[in-house]
Amino acid sequence: MKLLVCISHVPDTTSKINFTEGDTKFDTNGVQYVINPNDEFGLTRAMWFKEKQNATIDIISVGGAETEPTLRKALAIGADAAIRINAEAIDGHTVATYLAAAAKGGGYDLIIAGRESIDYNGGMVPGMLAAMLDANFVTNCISLEIEGTNATAVREIDGGKETISTVLPLVIGGQKGLVEESDLRIPNMRGIMMARKKPLTVVEPAAEASQTHSVSFEKPAPRGTVKLVEADHIDELINLLHNEAKVI
Amino acid sequence: MSVLVYTESDQGNFKKAALEAASYGKAVAEAMNTNLVALTFNAGEASELGTYGVEKVLNINSVNAFNAKIYADAIKQAAEKEAATVVILSASADSRYIAPLLTVGLKAGYASNVVAAPSSLSPFVVKRTAFTNKAFCNTEISTAIKIIGVSNNSFGLLENPTTAQMEDFSPNLVSSTTSVTSVDKASDKVSIADAEVVVSAGRGLKGPENWGMVEELADVLGAATACSKPVSDLGWRPHSEHVGQTGKPVATNLYIAIGISGAIQHLAGINSSKIKVVINTDPEAPFFKAADYGIVGDAFEVVPKLIEKLKVFKAQNS
Repeated sequence: MKLLVCISHVPDTTSKINFTEGDTKFDTNGVQYVINPNDEFGLTRAMWFKEKQNATIDIISVGGAETEPTLRKALAIGADAAIRINAEAIDGHTVATYLAAAAKGGGYDLIIAGRESIDYNGGMVPGMLAAMLDANFVTNCISLEIEGTNATAVREIDGGKETISTVLPLVIGGQKGLVEESDLRIPNMRGIMMARKKPLTVVEPAAEASQTHSVSFEKPAPRGTVKLVEADHIDELINLLHNEAKVI
Repeated sequence: MSVLVYTESDQGNFKKAALEAASYGKAVAEAMNTNLVALTFNAGEASELGTYGVEKVLNINSVNAFNAKIYADAIKQAAEKEAATVVILSASADSRYIAPLLTVGLKAGYASNVVAAPSSLSPFVVKRTAFTNKAFCNTEISTAIKIIGVSNNSFGLLENPTTAQMEDFSPNLVSSTTSVTSVDKASDKVSIADAEVVVSAGRGLKGPENWGMVEELADVLGAATACSKPVSDLGWRPHSEHVGQTGKPVATNLYIAIGISGAIQHLAGINSSKIKVVINTDPEAPFFKAADYGIVGDAFEVVPKLIEKLKVFKAQNS
């Protein structure tokens, strides 16, 4: 089984978000980058398929040379080879178009992406990629089993979950639940050494295909200070929620 | 030209998110001086959609089970039939599943998590949340057809009464090798996605055995229950309740956080909620800086008292 895992290079979850150039660009100053958490759950599940079902894992990402440490980390976790599409990720459609062009002809049975990146939160790349490749698609995926060419996936829905039966080729939008947080792997020294020798191929992108772009950014208005209520004056809290905030 | 809104229903009843999407659609249609058309699957009657400004409803009765590919293709055909230049969806799990498939079908640019009506129609610019609610991004959609995913509880419900005419719509359905084999959904519980109020608790509760009071408080308020990341990682509560950057986003009217310190990732996930109440023993907990109302106190004393007082309040105000 041939797997492709899509990796987004995103600011660490603790990053302070700021903008530059008249609030038109994300300020990368002092920001640590990581594998997008939703992608990391997918990569970890892919490792299970590698170890138990003999799958091979390619990883793929759209970005400049600065994203390579993130790809090397994914290789150190255990992916076999990396592809970096040398382009800026302008919007979800651009990324999906580049990924589809690179994946076509690769003979991938299963493509695992994260349900969304934690920076732009578009939540569109996995679905677009599936539609472009005419593959089956399950998003918000919290469990995945493959047997032959059949797949059983569990999707989180509003207020519950549903089990889906489908066939390969398949694209997954993964999230926490696909594996547990405690299953995530920290690369060991051997993995890091081996990752240096694994192939990282840089390819030039297909034709640019943006449909949207970010015009400007804003930060939420600062909040007023909290109104503290004494622990033995609960009535006052109820009064404030009813008469001032009008939420109960 | 028209604006098309996909209005999702659950067992014949329109979801609040669908009515919010219709309200949003009406605002766009008015700005564009055109009509608002809704697409429904197995809807009983259209009058509720008329309340929110829908003039025409295309109803599909030929599809039983939800299938994202089939739904996306049916919505595409409805958009083509109505010459829609803007297609609106809600932020429900199903709509988010459908939207990217629809964008490829319609060759339409898609902005998700949109929180306000377009600030400009030409160029077409909408405001959406990004960086998991730590920022907003004004996004221009440059394709001929635009798809908008409206965030829950952002635009709000806006009545615009008109008479909605319903007609049957029978698109040519595509086939799919994907099918749902079972659904596991608690029918007696409010889901985080649909909730007006969410009661959430963290490690301050010391153990899963202490969640009774959280559930009772949620019951009194008609709220959904949620939890912090450590609580779901420890297995005290299911992952589906985890709220935050890698969990679920919450955009409710009222969010009550009990024994949650307020890590930056958690605050990002709940930032879109309107009113936040924090109950914590530690006056230095970062959550107090992000909250509207706070009580410094022990949850085990405060929450039972709050439940008792709310019961009295609810009895007097219902």
